[in-house]
Amino acid sequence: MKEVKITIDGQEVMAQEGKTILEIAIEAGIKIPTLCAMPELGFTPGSCRVCVVEVEGAPTLVASCVYPVREGLIIHTKSERVLQARRIVLELLIASHPLDCMTCEKNGDCVLEDLAYELGVKESRFGRIERKLPLDESNPFIVRDLNKCVLCRRCVEICNEIQQTYAINFGYRSSKTKVIADGDNGLRYSECVSCGQCVAVCPVGALIDKAAQGKGRTWEFTKVKTTCNYCGCGCNFDFNVKEGKVIKVTSNPESVVNGINLCVKGRFGYDYIHRDDRLTTPLIKKNGKFEKASWEEAYQLISDKFTQIKKESGSDSLAVLSSAKCTNEENYLLMKFSRAVLGTNNVDHCARLCHSATVAGLAQAFGSGAMTNSIKEIADASAIYLTGSNTTENHPIIALEIKKAVTKNGAKLIVADPREIELAKYATLWLRQRPGTDVALFNGLMNVIINEGLEDKEFIAQRTEGYEELKKTVLKYTPEVVEKITGVPADDIRKAARIYATAPTTSLIYSMGITQHTTGTDNVLSTANIAMLTGNVGKESAGVNPLRGQSNVQGACDLGALPNFYSGYQKVTDSQVKDKFSKAWGVDLSDKVGLTVVEILNAAYEGKIKSIFVMAENPAMSDPDLNHAREALKKTEFLVVSDVFMTETAELADVVLPGVTIAEKDGTITNTERRVQRIRKAIEPIGDSKPEWKIICELSQKMGYNMNYNNPGEIMEEISQLTPIYGGIHYNRLDDGGLQWPCPDAHHPGTKYLHKDKFSRGKGKFFAVEFKEAAELPDEEYPFIFTTGRVLYHFHTGTITRRSKGLNEIYPEALVEINPQDAEELGVKEGEFVEVASRRGKIKAKVQVTEKSGKGVVFMSFHFHEAAANLLTNSALDPVSKIPEYKVCAVKIQKIS
Amino acid sequence: MTKKDIAQILVGIDGNTVLSGARKIKTKLITEINKQGLLDQVSVIETGSIGPVNKGVVIGIYPTREIYGNVTENDISEFIQERFIKGRPYKKLLLPEKLPIEIDLTAYDPRKTQYFGRIVLDNCGKINPEDIKEYIGVGGYEALGIALKEKTPEEIIEIVKNSGLRGRGGAGFPTGLKWSFAAKAKRIPKYVICNADEGEPGTFKDRLIMEGDPHKILEGMAICGYAIGANTGYIYIRGEYQLSIQRLKKAIKDAEKLGLLGKNILGTDFDFEVKIKIGAGSYVCGEETTLLNSMEGFRGEPRLKPPFPAESGFLSHPTNVNNVETFANIAPIVLNGAEWFKKFGTKDSPGTKVYTILGHINRPGLIEVSMGITLREIIYDYAGGISSGSFKMAQIGGTAGNILSSEFLDVPLDFESLRKLGYSLGSGAILIMNETVSVVDFMKCCIKFFVHESCGKCTPCREGTKYIYEILDKISSGKGKTGDLETLKLLGKSMKDTSFCPLGQSAPNSLLDTLKLFPEEYNQILRK
Repeated sequence: MKEVKITIDGQEVMAQEGKTILEIAIEAGIKIPTLCAMPELGFTPGSCRVCVVEVEGAPTLVASCVYPVREGLIIHTKSERVLQARRIVLELLIASHPLDCMTCEKNGDCVLEDLAYELGVKESRFGRIERKLPLDESNPFIVRDLNKCVLCRRCVEICNEIQQTYAINFGYRSSKTKVIADGDNGLRYSECVSCGQCVAVCPVGALIDKAAQGKGRTWEFTKVKTTCNYCGCGCNFDFNVKEGKVIKVTSNPESVVNGINLCVKGRFGYDYIHRDDRLTTPLIKKNGKFEKASWEEAYQLISDKFTQIKKESGSDSLAVLSSAKCTNEENYLLMKFSRAVLGTNNVDHCARLCHSATVAGLAQAFGSGAMTNSIKEIADASAIYLTGSNTTENHPIIALEIKKAVTKNGAKLIVADPREIELAKYATLWLRQRPGTDVALFNGLMNVIINEGLEDKEFIAQRTEGYEELKKTVLKYTPEVVEKITGVPADDIRKAARIYATAPTTSLIYSMGITQHTTGTDNVLSTANIAMLTGNVGKESAGVNPLRGQSNVQGACDLGALPNFYSGYQKVTDSQVKDKFSKAWGVDLSDKVGLTVVEILNAAYEGKIKSIFVMAENPAMSDPDLNHAREALKKTEFLVVSDVFMTETAELADVVLPGVTIAEKDGTITNTERRVQRIRKAIEPIGDSKPEWKIICELSQKMGYNMNYNNPGEIMEEISQLTPIYGGIHYNRLDDGGLQWPCPDAHHPGTKYLHKDKFSRGKGKFFAVEFKEAAELPDEEYPFIFTTGRVLYHFHTGTITRRSKGLNEIYPEALVEINPQDAEELGVKEGEFVEVASRRGKIKAKVQVTEKSGKGVVFMSFHFHEAAANLLTNSALDPVSKIPEYKVCAVKIQKIS
Repeated sequence: MTKKDIAQILVGIDGNTVLSGARKIKTKLITEINKQGLLDQVSVIETGSIGPVNKGVVIGIYPTREIYGNVTENDISEFIQERFIKGRPYKKLLLPEKLPIEIDLTAYDPRKTQYFGRIVLDNCGKINPEDIKEYIGVGGYEALGIALKEKTPEEIIEIVKNSGLRGRGGAGFPTGLKWSFAAKAKRIPKYVICNADEGEPGTFKDRLIMEGDPHKILEGMAICGYAIGANTGYIYIRGEYQLSIQRLKKAIKDAEKLGLLGKNILGTDFDFEVKIKIGAGSYVCGEETTLLNSMEGFRGEPRLKPPFPAESGFLSHPTNVNNVETFANIAPIVLNGAEWFKKFGTKDSPGTKVYTILGHINRPGLIEVSMGITLREIIYDYAGGISSGSFKMAQIGGTAGNILSSEFLDVPLDFESLRKLGYSLGSGAILIMNETVSVVDFMKCCIKFFVHESCGKCTPCREGTKYIYEILDKISSGKGKTGDLETLKLLGKSMKDTSFCPLGQSAPNSLLDTLKLFPEEYNQILRK
């Protein structure tokens, strides 16, 4: 861009032509007051007119936030004409603004207040016309007081342009103008998804966090920057703490992953921290009832029992379930505890249930089982192939990047999903495959690509192996054949294949719709196949991008909470690796691959596993075929559970240990894009609860193994020494946006995208995969396909979100999503109850009639213990990764009168 | 004239006269002529506005050029008898105005095009706007043919530039220059938009142009499309303009049938289609960027400039927006050349201007006069003088325009002369008021309009109009206080200086003018 010379307040400065006067002024250290502009979000509507300045020769004053500079401009930012105009604008705003500043939530953090102070405006010469609009308190999280609204439009902008929910906009005209939600009926009754972005950007007290009302003002809070503990996006935000309590969450634009954006759970879903049903002391079950106990008692009992079982039945009769909700350090310690103290590799965690197929599949094809690219690269992809991910609800912040790619950057989006997910609206093509037919669909796409000569021949030749075998297999899958299997029209398959192959960069994004099948690993291999076939790996804004479900499911895998790996995917069967850990930990270690989650429970059912230590997981809700899983947990001789609430699993335990939430501990977690970020202690542990890392250390000590760390930072030092991909991860490097692994040494900047010039395994490997049907298909008796997932307002087994007041108010109960045609045939209407039954169990839930579900397919989330979807699901496993088939089983549905 | 016509009766059918029963009059005229056995001598022709307004159904007679007003069904029989059997004027309904005649440059008088030639209204009140053959018969679409077959797009832009034509929407931006911006823009497709969202109170010249000569607009748009490289044109038109919409729709269809619009126009490889978008009645949608928002289905509020529409307009594509009257000038310019056009009007503002003149005058109506004519000439030569009392002030350019008091009667009305006074020519409405009009009451009316029409986007306009009205209301109800006038001035000036778009910038124009011209009136009320 051209450099031009301009004069601003008598000072000559060189500026880039086309930049705004405001930008140049900021660079030159000249402060221009603003109200509506949020340049950091690219939003400068130029409508409040507070930032006006004088440009010599211009007929009127100009809004500096939007006026581009050019050679020779002479600008005055503080002339009397300018100051007068600003004062008038401010007086016009204040004339209708309630002056209850002393009791306003926004006091101290209010832009209008700051402006009045700066310009010395005490009152308005124009008199007062108050608007007298009623408060909108309909939304459980947000109070709208439009009397205070200055119509800056920030909320509308973020809702429509970034969040793209279009829940609010300017309504009416002239002095009756106000921000309205849909038909002006209150926020609750609009399309609003309660992300609260509007609250985050409101400059005045018009949009207020309902739960924080009356609980403190800005100067009373200590802000503690941390990382969200819900999904795998890894958003940063600040806990606002007052007098030892987390009052609210605020976000800021500097956060690397999410900027100012958060979803409803991140922004409003942390009220569970101070729930009074938190577990606050250890509990020991005596005669079928829990009794409070001291830590000493609890440790002693656990230590005695573990030691006894180990002695009597061997180390492998013990097992440990680690947690994707706990920190990297805790996962590391627990797997160390399992391997070094208990002596078994029977350690696993819920990643088994969500993305073990990813780890298995991508490791085989690429050599590394993680998201190849970064979240921020998505927005710049030329095409996106999204499959098996209802991103809007499960990874809301990543969905924003996809929307940005489509609506702002012109990317073509192909959605392949049996459900009509929200992002289908943004799609160039929506392929509605029959659940469980993903391999066929991928093979069909590759068939077209090869037949039309669209494959990346150079990439295939130089960077891959196994192509001929793949080609032989996929050539059988013509679009017509695939149409018969998947139900996707042959022409759509052709169109999608062409888009995939011809776009300069195509990013494939998937989630559990791909992995949670008995063919999960095959599905994942197929994603790798098509990405390599089109040369879309190892470059920016492309790749294969599995979205990890929980906040630290990536980290829990990275840190070796897996039966076959130590931290950093170092094999337990590799003797060199074993020796390294053995030496570091000072004990002999087993080289026998341990059991996976479902296998552990099966073994418990059979009596082979006698005791399990469950850290902050809830298999009694999350595992497939729950009746079986719960029975297995009951059959254990000794079950220890640590968690923050009394979960369905904890109910079955012999000892329950009170853990803490992320607000009460330090540590790191690793998000879906391999970014290791800090969580920071904001408050003291509630009651007698303890962070899990401390619990593991103290229990180890009790059991005679020296595990002694002063803080999680020391644990990370040990991790970095033993784990090459985390080799350069040190706490002092994590304050500014974290680091993405692989990060082998202290000077490495981290890795934005993987496999740049070389795959982790050397050459990328094609796997020819044949289509196989799901384990259980609908039949006459069980005619519907049952598929499961999550919804925006809840998380996992609902342990914490069901305890969040607002989340539960918005989405209080389980719903069975049924296609309108099916509903009609079943004679059920929206809101009526049905019984849904599979061969394994039955539940009762309310019907939601929706086009989202295809005909013959019903969907339920698994958050609700009252109607636990996993009572129905099939525990049939993928033979390689041992992931259960949550996405397909057969059910029947009956109306309950 | 065909047949053995000795006369043609023109029935002005426009939005005004339709309401007075013009269609019935037309039928009755034919019946009566038939009855009298005059069918082969007198033909009855439907046309657009003949000129006078507030005169009920207006009819004109060629070749004698008489105009009759307030024609009712009861008059017809007597009228035919008197006029065509007895052969004398029907005095009862005769108006002083005359029908225009053809442009006659030998009789050229730069000041008085009303009688010696009109450019925009040339065909209005003369041809049947619903018959494309009549338009073609008077040279219609010839300019388009010349443009497509004999000129390059660059040459067309040069001609328009050289003509000195300035936008007739009010701001007076040089049209050729505007076109050259859109022509330079790279992105395709490009769009041509005709701004027919005539919302300025008292202004209805665009309506009468569209009703009277719709093909002229289409031809102008097509030439513009050719010049800038656009293949689609839109007419954004007020929903209230039903007759215009109906006639434009028919005109588009007829032109398409004859290959004058649509694919391969006149056998060339130039395609141009015209579509109609109907507005929903918001004043600010006449502002060109607001119009674009409205066309795209967004809330009617202005966009930031830059980018200007020429670079990023409709659907973010290069777009050229011109007013109806501007487009109506194009075909005559291309046909007759830039030099011909410059013979009309003044050096800085060549051509003519169409005005609707209203208020306390004897002959309100639609006139087309040379640029540079004075307000005095308009009032006394065209409007028949003040109807009662004496001249007090005139508001030119509609509610957003300026106030001229008697000291301005001899200021030439053209872009430059007014600009020198800090005024603008505006929309083409001239409202003339006598001494019975209270300045404060009049201002209340004007500001109330803006209170209603402000889009609400920017602070000064949304809030400023409201508080100006409040203060005026207090003054007029005797609750004014010292300092109010200062506050009004300050607020008005601030609005002009800080508002986002021309609406807010021009809303206080008349107020500030009256505060300057008639301070004693305000003070009088304040003192009471």
